Amino acid sequence: MNYAFQFRDVWRSWDELLWGVFHTLQLSALAMLLGLAIAILCAVARMTTVKPLHWLVTAYVEVIRNTPLLIQVFLIFFGLPTLGLRLSSDQAALIALAVNAGAYTTEIVRAGLESIPRGQIEAGQALGLRRWQIFRKIELFQALAATFPAMSSQFILLLLASSIVSAVGATELTGAANDIQSRSFRSFEVYIVATGLYFAMALAFSALFFLIEKYVFRAHLPSRRPS
Amino acid sequence: MIRAFEWRDALFLLLALRWTILLSVIGMAGGGVLGLAIALGRTSARGWLRVLAALYIRVFQSTPLLMQLFLVYFGAGMLGMPVEPLTAAALGLTLNAAAFLGEIWRGSIESVPRGQEEAARALALKPWQRVALVILPQAVRIAIAPTVGFLVQLIKNTSLAAIIGFMELTRTGQVINNATFRPFLVFSLVALLYFALCWPISRYSRRLEIRLARG
Repeated sequence: MNYAFQFRDVWRSWDELLWGVFHTLQLSALAMLLGLAIAILCAVARMTTVKPLHWLVTAYVEVIRNTPLLIQVFLIFFGLPTLGLRLSSDQAALIALAVNAGAYTTEIVRAGLESIPRGQIEAGQALGLRRWQIFRKIELFQALAATFPAMSSQFILLLLASSIVSAVGATELTGAANDIQSRSFRSFEVYIVATGLYFAMALAFSALFFLIEKYVFRAHLPSRRPS
Repeated sequence: MIRAFEWRDALFLLLALRWTILLSVIGMAGGGVLGLAIALGRTSARGWLRVLAALYIRVFQSTPLLMQLFLVYFGAGMLGMPVEPLTAAALGLTLNAAAFLGEIWRGSIESVPRGQEEAARALALKPWQRVALVILPQAVRIAIAPTVGFLVQLIKNTSLAAIIGFMELTRTGQVINNATFRPFLVFSLVALLYFALCWPISRYSRRLEIRLARG
């Protein structure tokens, strides 16, 4: 191999990369929060007795989980404007990631709700709580605590998948790397540094989530007797 | 120069599906071979092999697939052997799939009860016989549902090959959209084709899961 690595142009654009990291974090966090909100709405829709709502949630989850994120991004960024809804690439990216994350977290929340022992809901009924109160006070927190490990790995997957939105020119780390690459032609150097930054973010978050799980959720959950 | 969307465009999309399928098959086959090696390394008795396999899995699961594809594509050029987008995509997807399959199969191998290994040892089977004749046949049963589930992931991942310029389903959709400017129609059709490919596999994987849970 007679190739001389040259990182000079990459280091010179260091601030652009850091900006990219910031935008990637912001985008992923917002998309995850919106996705979680969508998931909770879907869980509520599934609790009603309105059958068409159940079908709608199932259709949403299945369609999103069985098509590529890249196509979802294209449909929202290029497709919606032809229907009269014009979005900037950052808005389209956020919506696409939120809708995508929403489908996966809906399934996670469902599993979490199913894991709550029936007796607790019955206890709530015996105390005269309404269905909504039972959901809010008994089921929701426990479901979120039980699904925390799944949620946190979902967040890391989302963080990594967010690089895909660079395909429509959204502002984030991969987009920043693309810009630097097109100016300097140091493709490999730029992308290896960007990859390293993603790796550092993923590792930092998995360490953080591990600590949260250990000290927040396990500490506040009633210890479960072996069944 | 915008032209109308015609029937032959829909046919082009349908035909482009074969490149998506080809890429998925290559990724699954290549990822399967390398993934088995990684799963065996991850469960090996040798410490350095376990560390190496764990590191491989960690790196590929903690970085974006898109970056991995870029690095393979530009890295090959840098080494003085520029590759076709197909080769780069196939190699990138293989390396990525190997990490995920390796991790899935590690779990399956570890869920085979320890007594099986000990019994095989007591019968004086050689190490390769213990793995190939005792552990793996039982691990396969557990591995099959999540492996089929991963195939869906892999098929969706092949869409990223479009970004490095390989003409599979997504890239064909982009090209047709550039010519006809009917993004909603074109990308809905593309999504429908992916869905038609992935949904039956997802359902099959779930059925397998239920059947395994029932025992």
